[in-house]
Amino acid sequence: MMEATVTIPPFERFYAEHRDEVYGLLARRLGRQRAEDAFQETFLRALRAYPSLRHGEYLRAWVLTIARNVAVDAFRRERPTAELEEQAELPRRPAYAELEHLTDVLPPTERAAVVLRYAYDMPYAAIGAALGSSEDAARQAASAGVRRLRREETT
Amino acid sequence: MTVPTDLDRRFRDAADREGLVDVAYDLADSPVGELLVAVTDRGLCRIAYRPDDAIDELAGDFGARVLRVPRRVDVVRRELDEYFDGRRREFDLTLDLTPVADFHRLALHELARVPYGQVTTYGALATQVGKPHAARAIGGAMNRNPIPIVLPCHRVVGANGKLVGYAGGLERKELLLRLEGALL
Repeated sequence: MMEATVTIPPFERFYAEHRDEVYGLLARRLGRQRAEDAFQETFLRALRAYPSLRHGEYLRAWVLTIARNVAVDAFRRERPTAELEEQAELPRRPAYAELEHLTDVLPPTERAAVVLRYAYDMPYAAIGAALGSSEDAARQAASAGVRRLRREETT
Repeated sequence: MTVPTDLDRRFRDAADREGLVDVAYDLADSPVGELLVAVTDRGLCRIAYRPDDAIDELAGDFGARVLRVPRRVDVVRRELDEYFDGRRREFDLTLDLTPVADFHRLALHELARVPYGQVTTYGALATQVGKPHAARAIGGAMNRNPIPIVLPCHRVVGANGKLVGYAGGLERKELLLRLEGALL
């Protein structure tokens, strides 16, 4: 039966499981006041991307990646020139924890695109939705990120 | 860190407003126990006696974006309350039966015409849909009725007048029929 192969949980379960952790992360980074808008934005992006998810694995890491990206956006809007301190809030899973570490050098959007693409195997449509941009922009960000990583490697 | 209740509600409303929800649902108290009530953009699509299972089934039938959005089911909740208070005999609701197979949908359409407080039999319904020998299949359609109470499968009984069966359990069937004054 088709239903048996669907592994994406109903959004309500996904949301109920991760909302407190997402809220905590955003509150630590942005303060409670600003965390509220960011919280809403994070789960709206997740909801937009949800139908294009191909499997239900690593959903925690996925939504935390979206949340970090939303926090970066919020930070930029307020202090366009400020240096971003990237706190290590990595999901405890070696495969992409490693990829997240290797991509430390990338600008936030490229980093998120590379991680979502190559660590979570997400389609570009879903990445675009998760990053609040388009499928094309997501593809460009991922390939720019990969090029930048290659350059880093050879220098 | 627990999400403030108000923020949680605002997210749910925003998700709904932006049209990002495949199925909106809420839980409602009733004399026959807690009910899950779910709607799509097309209309009421589910009333369930076992909310947890229903959430997964809804995701399979309509899409994974199933979200609890209480205000979306306010109208249904109000009509159900009126029904259980004995102030409503007919529901005035649009239904979404898209995942229901053709024959079952036909059976449910006939079922919808059985009046408040009356009962019919599986065989009679079979005859009405033009398949006089399909009483058993009618039983299957009733058993899988996605919108019990509103589509009154509790009003369908065996040829001998026995209650026979009900997906929500015979106690509920009996309670609904008593409420409607169909059982003495």
